Amino acid sequence: MTATDVPTSPVPTSPVPMSAAGNPIGFGRMLRKEDARFLRGKGNYLDDVNLPGMLHGAILRSPYAHARINSIDISAAQAHPKVRAVITGEVLATLNLAWMPTMSYDTQAVLATDKVRFQGQEVAFVVAEDRYSARDALELVEVDYEVLPAVVDATKALDADAPVIRTDKEGKTDNHIYDWETGDSAACDEVFNRPDVVVSKADILYPRSHPSPMETCGSVASMDPVTGKLTCWITSQAPHAHRTVYALVAGLPEHKIQVISPDIGGGFGNKVPVYPGYVCAVVGTIVTGKPVKWMEDRFENLATTGFARDYHMQGEIAATRDGKILALRTHTLADHGAFNATAQPTKFPAGFFSIFTGSYDLEAAYGKVTAVYTNKAPGGVAYACSFRITEAAYFVERMVDILAHDLQMDPAELRMKNLIRPEQFPYQTKTGWEYDSGDYLVTLQATLDAAGYKELRAEQVENRARYEQTGEGTLLGIGLSFFTEGVGAGPRKHMDILGLGMADGCELRIHPTGKAVIRLSVQTQGQGHETTFAQIVAHELGLPPEDVEVVHGDTDQTPFGLGTYGSRSTPVSGAAAAVVSRRVKEKARIVAAAALECSPSDLEWELGRWQVKGDPEKAKTIQEIALLAHSSLELPEGVEGHLDASAVYNPPNLTYPYGAYLCVVDVDPGTGAVKVRRFIATDDCGPRINPMIVEGQIHGGLAEGIGMALMQVIAFDENGNCLGGSFMDYLLPTSLECPSWELEATVTPSPHHPLGCKGVGESATVGSPAAVVNAVMDALAPLGVRHADMPLTPAQVWLAIQGRPARTDLAFT
Amino acid sequence: MTMQVTMTVNGEEVSREIEPRLLLVHFLRDEIGLTGTHWGCDTSNCGVCVVLLDGVPAKSCTVLAAMAGGHEIQTVEGMAQGGTLHPVQEGFFQEHGLQCGFCTPAMMLTAQALLEVNPDPSTTEIREAIYGTACRCTGYENIVRAIRWAAEHPALEEVTA
Repeated sequence: MTATDVPTSPVPTSPVPMSAAGNPIGFGRMLRKEDARFLRGKGNYLDDVNLPGMLHGAILRSPYAHARINSIDISAAQAHPKVRAVITGEVLATLNLAWMPTMSYDTQAVLATDKVRFQGQEVAFVVAEDRYSARDALELVEVDYEVLPAVVDATKALDADAPVIRTDKEGKTDNHIYDWETGDSAACDEVFNRPDVVVSKADILYPRSHPSPMETCGSVASMDPVTGKLTCWITSQAPHAHRTVYALVAGLPEHKIQVISPDIGGGFGNKVPVYPGYVCAVVGTIVTGKPVKWMEDRFENLATTGFARDYHMQGEIAATRDGKILALRTHTLADHGAFNATAQPTKFPAGFFSIFTGSYDLEAAYGKVTAVYTNKAPGGVAYACSFRITEAAYFVERMVDILAHDLQMDPAELRMKNLIRPEQFPYQTKTGWEYDSGDYLVTLQATLDAAGYKELRAEQVENRARYEQTGEGTLLGIGLSFFTEGVGAGPRKHMDILGLGMADGCELRIHPTGKAVIRLSVQTQGQGHETTFAQIVAHELGLPPEDVEVVHGDTDQTPFGLGTYGSRSTPVSGAAAAVVSRRVKEKARIVAAAALECSPSDLEWELGRWQVKGDPEKAKTIQEIALLAHSSLELPEGVEGHLDASAVYNPPNLTYPYGAYLCVVDVDPGTGAVKVRRFIATDDCGPRINPMIVEGQIHGGLAEGIGMALMQVIAFDENGNCLGGSFMDYLLPTSLECPSWELEATVTPSPHHPLGCKGVGESATVGSPAAVVNAVMDALAPLGVRHADMPLTPAQVWLAIQGRPARTDLAFT
Repeated sequence: MTMQVTMTVNGEEVSREIEPRLLLVHFLRDEIGLTGTHWGCDTSNCGVCVVLLDGVPAKSCTVLAAMAGGHEIQTVEGMAQGGTLHPVQEGFFQEHGLQCGFCTPAMMLTAQALLEVNPDPSTTEIREAIYGTACRCTGYENIVRAIRWAAEHPALEEVTA
């Protein structure tokens, strides 16, 4: 491959004018503004923040999954010459800070007082003059533990003899968190009881996985003892939500808290929650009067922060013999760990898992989710999942493939037959979602064509014949997945987190010389907001994108909003940016009319200028208008000067991006090794503001999908020891496991988003695992394998071939 | 107990009194303030801490600063010459070879070292060269393209990023 055959955007876009700097004044491929500092090693990540006199904190963590704390002796640690403070739960309890609220209205221990409830739980916080001394002093803290039996297998968490984990909750006598239902159980029963239906069943595990961004989580907290102002630099995807939580947790006045989210070294949902370490850093600065930095190591990140998945999904799918899918139902067991710290909209305790009907037109659907506590790390927050949509998409796409297997039907044909038709949009699902727009058949066909589906199937026939004859070589597998996501949470009346409605603010100011600054509530973790949002303003106002400064990640400088996760930046904040630009445009119209001595209604907009209808020579550019708006020009009664606006965008609905993915694998039945030969992805996320950035996000998500399908798992032994606590055990896909991605696109705008955009950040992570697993199962079908759970490591594939695939979440049976 | 260590970093001799246990990554970041080198795992698996040690990629989280004494270290801060980006840096810019930027210094230094011994690597050779550093954002494709771009534009280009 050479640089010249790098594909440009496959989306046909009408050409937009280019700025003097060579950037599109609007949508199109634009090199990123933020790259300049990253390329030179001048990014400013959390651990790069250093303040005068700063101290370093480290957390002592529990070696046990479940144990009573009899005593903690900190005297030796306190005597260490470089230690400035040792904080325990007992100290925090005097400040009423030993426990904090979670994003799901549960409570979580900041530092354990009564018991430890998972391996790695926070027990004490040591503050010292340097990071090595802080770690040294951890070894001087003596904790007397009384080890208790641990609940490790979620399927046994509700057994009568299971130890009760949350003894801190008054009257709690079991490990049950909630039962949550969706759809219509009776309607499902009616379909499943019909005499002529074919029913396929499967138990499908989406095992515990971890986002593991390359930068771990951390915080620098600095309390100014004179002004009482607390400044926190935090690896936060949601700085405004974090500020409000600190105000609630610590009882500090919110206007005296500034949260700064600096450059973030990847988030993927891992940096949404509030972690005990953040609270400890705040207490550390209050106690010592010095700035305190706390930075996780990799074990802490993998073993204690927001994991993802851990859904045990029992499924049943009903269809006619000729492959018309009628109904789908599931009973799912959700393992939330020791504290229910998942961050999702209040009314949706199982997130948006109820989108499990996927992209298909069904007669009935029903789902029940039972959530339990176990002695494992809390969270379940995310990992590029749009609130559990990853689990839902994987579930339905596996069920459809299992049905195809049982019906002996081609999985592409089965999907074509059952996909929602374009004329059915807006489509009301049986579990309460209203899909905004879609043209699914076209997208699936695009993927099949790009892959050469017929040729691949023909090759597979030959491949299988050869294998049958010789018993040697690899087996070819072809896997499909068609996903629909709901992103951009969300409508305020339906969606809030801890009571905070999921709307986002935006402010735009045009300076007198026509340069602009736009302030966002969302925070980039690599998505390129500094470029994309400048392009939105450029698209709306005709300003060169290089003239638009994007400010984000600092609560003192930006309007309130809930941050970046669930693919919500473009669907929510991107809409806010468009709305605020349009407000500025209307204000500019009044100013232009005053300057041109005409009525605003006499003017028409041409990109970058208001001009008199029928006399385009009489016009004012947006830059001229900016100066006029700040000048002595007389404006109509009631019209204020200057050129700025603010907006809060409350989305009327979610947006529903979708896509069709196809994975080709070669599986060695002798070793169980899986090689991903090709991966073809057609995404429809509506218009692409910057196709280069969109494609980059898809590439990254596809790699995550390979990781989850084939490599990544956080498993536990019978004592609750975390077996995925380092990158020696928790395997990330490298350049060698990933193929060269093949991308296609279709464009179906959202009818309710101001720009038609749907969001894409998580699409590939949501859609790809099923394609990979379906491909491996397809390869193994001649050997009698129908299902095996992720990750499909060589050992798991080999066991599946032997007819005994393993529970991948447990290292014991 | 402390010890004196002297090494060359980006062409300049630096000398510090350090604890013998100090890791090279912390020496570079905390002692001499070159924060472009990142830390990611402590177990030599993630590779975001890669620097060039006598021109060869080395994971600085598993090298003691003391072991680097007398050697030449190059970090990302030493890639650009004056205001001119190294072709590898320009390639990463042109081909969108970075997103969050955290693994980028390590990836670029690895690429620089590759191109010095193999100026025209195939995509397979590039993938083999960079597999020691993990990236969670890019899926590697654009990193491979970025390094190909650099191979095809060996002369230092005018700064555009």
